[in-house]
Amino acid sequence: MKYYDKLIFDLSKEGRQGYSLPANKWQTSLSELPAGLLREQDPELPQVSELDVVRHYTNLSQMNFGVDSGFYPLGSCTMKYNPKINEEIASMPAFAGVHPLQPSYTVQGVLRVYKELAKALSAITGMAEFTLNPFAGAHGELTGLMIIRQYHISRGDLKRTRIIVPDSAHGTNPASAAVCGLEIVQVKSKANGLVDVEDLKPLLDDTIAGIMMTNPNTLGLFEKDIKEIAALVHECGGLLYYDGANMNPLMGVVRPGDMGFDVLHLNLHKTFSTPHGGGGPGAGPVGVAEHLIPYLPVPRVVEDEEGTLYVEDEDGQSCGRISGFMGNFGVLLRAYTYILMLGKQNVRMVGPLAVLGANYIKESLRDCYNLPIDSVCKHEFVFDGLLDQSTGVTTLDIAKRLLDYGFHAPTIYFPLLFHQSIMIEPTETESKETLDGFIEIMRHIAAEAASDPDSLKTAPHTTPVRRLDETTAARQPVLRYRDMNQI
Amino acid sequence: MAFSYFPHTEDDVRQMLDRIGVGSLEDLYSDVPQDVIYRKEFDLPDAMSEFEVRQYFEELAEQNTSLFCLCGLGAYDHYSPAVIPHIISRSEFLTAYTPYQPEVSQGTLRYIFEYQSMMTELTGMDCTNASMYDGATAAAEAMMMAMASTKKKTRVLLSEGLLPHVVEVVKTYAKFNGVELGFIPCADGATSYGALLAELAAGDVAGVLVPGINKYGIIEDFTGFADAVHAQKGLFMVYSDPSSLAVIKTPGEWGADIVCGDSQSLGIPLCYGGPYVGFLACKKDHVRKLPGRIVGATKDVDGKRAYVLTLQAREQHIRREKATSNICSNQSLMALYVTVYMSLMGPKGLRQVNELSYGGAHYLHDELLAAGLFEKAFDKPFLKEFTLKSLMPVEELQNALQLIGVFGAVEVEPGLVNFCVTEKVSKENIDAIVSYITSLRGAERRGNLSEE
Repeated sequence: MKYYDKLIFDLSKEGRQGYSLPANKWQTSLSELPAGLLREQDPELPQVSELDVVRHYTNLSQMNFGVDSGFYPLGSCTMKYNPKINEEIASMPAFAGVHPLQPSYTVQGVLRVYKELAKALSAITGMAEFTLNPFAGAHGELTGLMIIRQYHISRGDLKRTRIIVPDSAHGTNPASAAVCGLEIVQVKSKANGLVDVEDLKPLLDDTIAGIMMTNPNTLGLFEKDIKEIAALVHECGGLLYYDGANMNPLMGVVRPGDMGFDVLHLNLHKTFSTPHGGGGPGAGPVGVAEHLIPYLPVPRVVEDEEGTLYVEDEDGQSCGRISGFMGNFGVLLRAYTYILMLGKQNVRMVGPLAVLGANYIKESLRDCYNLPIDSVCKHEFVFDGLLDQSTGVTTLDIAKRLLDYGFHAPTIYFPLLFHQSIMIEPTETESKETLDGFIEIMRHIAAEAASDPDSLKTAPHTTPVRRLDETTAARQPVLRYRDMNQI
Repeated sequence: MAFSYFPHTEDDVRQMLDRIGVGSLEDLYSDVPQDVIYRKEFDLPDAMSEFEVRQYFEELAEQNTSLFCLCGLGAYDHYSPAVIPHIISRSEFLTAYTPYQPEVSQGTLRYIFEYQSMMTELTGMDCTNASMYDGATAAAEAMMMAMASTKKKTRVLLSEGLLPHVVEVVKTYAKFNGVELGFIPCADGATSYGALLAELAAGDVAGVLVPGINKYGIIEDFTGFADAVHAQKGLFMVYSDPSSLAVIKTPGEWGADIVCGDSQSLGIPLCYGGPYVGFLACKKDHVRKLPGRIVGATKDVDGKRAYVLTLQAREQHIRREKATSNICSNQSLMALYVTVYMSLMGPKGLRQVNELSYGGAHYLHDELLAAGLFEKAFDKPFLKEFTLKSLMPVEELQNALQLIGVFGAVEVEPGLVNFCVTEKVSKENIDAIVSYITSLRGAERRGNLSEE
């Protein structure tokens, strides 16, 4: 990748323009507004031609790495292939041109997609009903927790303000619980990486709103005791929340609803193939069991007896409104396209093939990397650094060296249970040849760690930029072009 | 098993199972209790070919009615230049994750840095994050920021001039987060300064959120607001339409501490409400309470200018339950969308968009009044959207407009309707619509006569 160092501001020249707008034929002008309501100086935005813009962003894109560029084994992020047909459906003018406040009878096609996707997600997860309004996984978590709290509040059970979160959970779990006004109670993992049921039991009392579980957990391990945990939590009056970040290995094989979960969120940008977009937009639909349907957020899509769909805005029992309109509709269209392509037949193979790939990599590298928990994994697994740590080569060095060889790095230093975590998730869309190529390079890096540790400690060498000074960036933040002269 | 998204041949699967040392794919689930394995048929359609999927959505699309948009209220039908979809569909942007490995993510990091630079220019703030989900959730995060910045206080005040869907979302977050909300009513279509002072005098106010342009379309005058709020050691926060900020007085000039809103107005398609992109900006004193991703400039080991996610100690993956927010992924690609839009438009293009919208909106406003079916609701300055009092039943008016394929006259309050005009609306469009509405007036009169 070549290095191109400009910002769009660097290309600006007074008098250039990249826009084409109708001529102004109106008789009135902004200058009629009271001077006190107008800004004093124009914003310093770039003035560039259309080709300047196209070339600049094309150059920037070439300094990026996406799933389409190469293998992206980022654990817990499920970087599967993002089908192109999804993009084409999402940009159809009949969907992209619809105003969110249009009356229901003019948007029956939109509402039909919403209703059918919710039904398909129910079929896949075993939940009774879905809201598609949440914008992302963490937003889904927050919505799910609001539903749980609303359920307890509606029953007058006001002291349930504590939520149990395993120590292996994603950081968003405790953060979402805190935003929802819940106090976090941590439950420990056993040496085998699973939630310790004995540690859980004494935590269960009438102040517990519920438990947040990720299954398989962030070590890629299936929580075998899930049915016992479900029974214990339900017995104490709490509810079970399923963090669907790791749903991919269960897709087509196990339904969270059948494991006893009451509420879950899905990440459509993970399990359902919508693109991650450099950090979003995603979508985090929330599914609930029958008894929680009244507490779902508004607005909702409802169907009358004649099959006409309506948007329902108000409901006294609902946890409330959690999105301006009805979620990232464009993302929902992509996910539904994917489900229609999969159909009832192919959906069964998503989980097994994802699990096959993860175990294949794990078994192919365990003689070079430290495997702290030896059992069959699901969609991902965690190494705790190199087997031979005497060379001082760290997980960070391994990750950076992978970039030199044209692979994206795995997730590193998470989960926090180990010091040198390397979390690898291949997904079902990667071929055996791709996985073999990755395995070969990982073995090669392990050999380099012994023969030439410096080449790792100074990696990457071939990327557009090399290791960055992150400390200065945080101590003396320069966050906009205007302050650029400060570095 | 052959399917275009699965590359495995039967032979591949066999070899991989052999390496793992298990006999079948089912054996990979030996750790799962057998009674939770789902063995029934899924209640899903049969797999479709790509061509069939396309046909399917074309049929669904026909169930939507395409309407000419004269509605605002938080979603604006501005023109989106042809360049943008081409740039954002470049797969190096589209299929990348959050830029955790900066050495191979300079494309994403650099456009976020440009986005931050442009949004601070528009708002008059010192810093912004890399984006929020939408305007309403950005407002909720602004409320939580105000609470976090002013520790011991318990209340946040909202103007009743804020868009209703924004208020509803803030209310939901407040209810669960334990924030008490107070409301400042409007007087003659704008947030009442007197009511603000009264609420502030009641004490305990962490922050006050007001709309730059309110739900009636009126450009608010905040003379005295920031001083009054700061005198009570609260934060002054403005909910803004960023497109308008190219021309109207910025929240920074009004003395705001935090600015939030939705950047959909910067050329993002309506798309039934999403994906849009929220923004949250602040003065530098508050940057360590700002939620979400932030990109900073730095250098690499060879001294090259480079960009990186920074100030991460604020975030959920480090701070867990002590983080300022639970936000993880945001709307990055939509931030690129508006960055490309602002690059193409520049200061002059954005001014032109506002001039055209202003000119069209004022023409429509005056013509509708002249047609005799409306009365002024307020006498205050507006930009591209306005509110009139309808003299005919609102539902009848809306239905009549839909008969000629126009979506507008959404009811803001009983009898008060919204109209919005962007650069996509021509004088010919308006003349045709107004002449049709004038004919309704004639019809209505005749109706009245026959009743007598």
